[in-house]
Amino acid sequence: MFSYYFRLALVSMRRNPILSALMIAAIGLGIGASMTTITVNYVMSSNPIPHKSDDLYYVQLDSWDPNNAANEPNEPPDQVTWTDAMALMRDAPALRQGAQAKSNLVLEPPGDDERPFMVLARSNFADFFPMFDLPFLYGSGWDRDADEARELVVVLSREINDRVFGGENSVGRTLRLGGQHFRVVGVIDEWSPMPKFYDVTNGPFDEPEEIFIPFNTMVDFQFSRSGNTNCWKAVDGNGFDAFLRSECVWIQFWAELPSQAERDEYMQFLNSYVEQQKALGRFPRPMNNRLSNVMQWMENQEVVDDDAQVMMWLSLMFLVVCLLNTVGLLLSKFLAKSHEIGLRRAVGASRGQLFTQHLVESATIGLAGGLLGLGLAWLGLRGIELLFGDMVDRMTNMDWVMVLAAIGLAIVSAIVAGLYPTWRACNVQPAAQLKSI
Amino acid sequence: MEFGPILRAMTRNKTGAILIALQIAFTMTIMINAIHIIEERNDAMARPSGLDEANLFYLTSTGFADDFNEQQQIEEDLRQIRALSGVVNAVQINAIPLSGGGWSMGLSTEPGADADGTGVAVYFVDEHGIDTFGVEQVAGENFDITDVGWRERTDTEWPDKTILTVAMATEMFPDDPMSAVGKTVYINDTEPMTVIGLIKTLQAPWNGWSGVERSMLVPQKMLFGSARYLIRTEPGARDTLMPQVEEMLAASNRGRIIRSMRSLEETRERSYRGDRSMTLMLKIVVGILTAVTALGIVGLASFAVNRRTRQIGTRRALGASKGDIMRYFLVENFMITTMGVVLGAIMTVIFNIMLVDSLSLPPLNVWYIPAAVLVMWAVGFLAVSGPARRASNVPPAVATRTA
Repeated sequence: MFSYYFRLALVSMRRNPILSALMIAAIGLGIGASMTTITVNYVMSSNPIPHKSDDLYYVQLDSWDPNNAANEPNEPPDQVTWTDAMALMRDAPALRQGAQAKSNLVLEPPGDDERPFMVLARSNFADFFPMFDLPFLYGSGWDRDADEARELVVVLSREINDRVFGGENSVGRTLRLGGQHFRVVGVIDEWSPMPKFYDVTNGPFDEPEEIFIPFNTMVDFQFSRSGNTNCWKAVDGNGFDAFLRSECVWIQFWAELPSQAERDEYMQFLNSYVEQQKALGRFPRPMNNRLSNVMQWMENQEVVDDDAQVMMWLSLMFLVVCLLNTVGLLLSKFLAKSHEIGLRRAVGASRGQLFTQHLVESATIGLAGGLLGLGLAWLGLRGIELLFGDMVDRMTNMDWVMVLAAIGLAIVSAIVAGLYPTWRACNVQPAAQLKSI
Repeated sequence: MEFGPILRAMTRNKTGAILIALQIAFTMTIMINAIHIIEERNDAMARPSGLDEANLFYLTSTGFADDFNEQQQIEEDLRQIRALSGVVNAVQINAIPLSGGGWSMGLSTEPGADADGTGVAVYFVDEHGIDTFGVEQVAGENFDITDVGWRERTDTEWPDKTILTVAMATEMFPDDPMSAVGKTVYINDTEPMTVIGLIKTLQAPWNGWSGVERSMLVPQKMLFGSARYLIRTEPGARDTLMPQVEEMLAASNRGRIIRSMRSLEETRERSYRGDRSMTLMLKIVVGILTAVTALGIVGLASFAVNRRTRQIGTRRALGASKGDIMRYFLVENFMITTMGVVLGAIMTVIFNIMLVDSLSLPPLNVWYIPAAVLVMWAVGFLAVSGPARRASNVPPAVATRTA
């Protein structure tokens, strides 16, 4: 029965080829535009670390200016000071936690042949690696003792290991970074969470780091930092030490707190720490400490680009126009077939059968439109890559969820668009149609 | 005009009319909001940076060797670059307009931590800065070579002279910006700086910042580990000089890396790439959308004509002229479009309010609405005129046929 209706649908579509093409094109364009923009939004708002996103908490302390909030309305600064980061590292009760910052360093490969080059570096504590589940190709991260001992150790990205050591297991080898000899302890495999949740302050869609070094070592050698630095109060005196002790914020701080009890305890610690600092004359603002899990933090930092959201809403409206268009055309088409429908009713077809027949016809148009839309979405994403170049790296990949969503959206759209015309077609009074013949 | 009969005929078959009206309403909503965004982006992109963009490029030198003498190297580099033929001038600078990365401070007219500071972009330059930018000095004087000192990365003290953009002076001294020359402003709450001159336009590095026109020049050369040089060339010489300067600097000292070389034109392109792409995508969407809507009207009108062939024939047989028939369809379409644009105007405003609220877009210029109404009428007219003409060609004899 179904295949018969399908054949009838094809016959009917072939009878008005231009009209059918117009309907398929309209659905295709609507789906294509919507899926292109939905994919970009989906990638931007995706959970970068789904299995742990509820256990990882971003720490904010309101150490800001008494007269102005760091961000309106009354948001604490998005990073912490060195003084506070070090105090938390020393005493705060977390399963794992870590301060981190961004740097640029000159890397001098061993041997005289290769020229030195700049690398994007992250300075972090030992917990960084297990906390964010970095995949290791060789070796491992350093341990907490190495942080304490302020060792000169480094973890390389796969790319840098390929470039400097030809992809070999380089654990134990040394290279010069910022003028110092560092020992390689590990090489990570490809790791680039989308968005780059652990440092949205410096760009949620930035390139991943190329090397990782201990935070304390970075401070010891005063390696140049390239991340965002904000100060509400003038630094008191010259020199690096004065900067460290200043009220400038430049460090991101994450803690792994898997249970509510641990979170409560941690929050309590933060509050009592701030009380204590207030007694010392710091933290002039009212108590306003925050713990945000990964997705809350992404939301708070509004990582999804405004333009991407505007485009998504516009393209969804565009889809609505395309559907209205299809409803109108299908309706006209089915009403034009009133004679035929009346005849079929008169010779015994039930309303249900006619309903199914016409729904199959609408669904066929929808499916064809959906496939066209999927192709157009793919083209649209390639177009976005072409327009934005390296700025949308990795943002334009449709995964199977998006492909299924596109097909689903197409079928639902077509059925929604087809339901009303189908219902109208089935309500044709056979007698009224037959009389006029 | 026969509004009454047409309206009554329409109410007998409401659905088609409602569908077209809704389509027109949505089309209008998207069109106006999209054009509004396009206009806004175009305005932003048209703002001058103040620089001689076509003839500027920059690069960064990072020393790594143990015996690298940064201060000596910077002086040597600047001397060599300035001596090259084809180079107009060159300067060491901390940040590049439009590049997205830079340094900002607050300036106030009164000393003290409680004084309200005005945010300003800081450019560290020497006495060659103004000439390298190609900006126009409108008041006061330039830095003298004796004003220019050296700054370490973690230094917190500021020299006692500065040059401001007119926009910054206007923000600080709204009554008489030109009088800013000779006045004292305070940086870091309490450190005084004397304004010795004003320059016309120099954008901050952040093109999305509301204070993008507010910049200050500070007479210092920097020992930050990496030195960035901004170089202005004779017209047409930039592309040959870029590789030449890069090689010259790299060869002059093997203990450093020369990196991140870029022309200012490329920086502008990158800076506004998102906006430009957005406007292009919006134009495509509006174009396709209008076409879809117009074709939809054509399709529906054609059906209406087909269905009413006998009725048209009857009217013709009873004496209606071709013009009467044509007018009927045009007026009918005009009425539907008008319903659509009324609804569309309401939806446009609501959607715009949503965008303003949630995404901080500026509110719409109300004149877009009547303009879009005219456009929608024109689109509707063009789309329906084909089917209407076909309707007018239905011969009266059709009335006499049975099917």
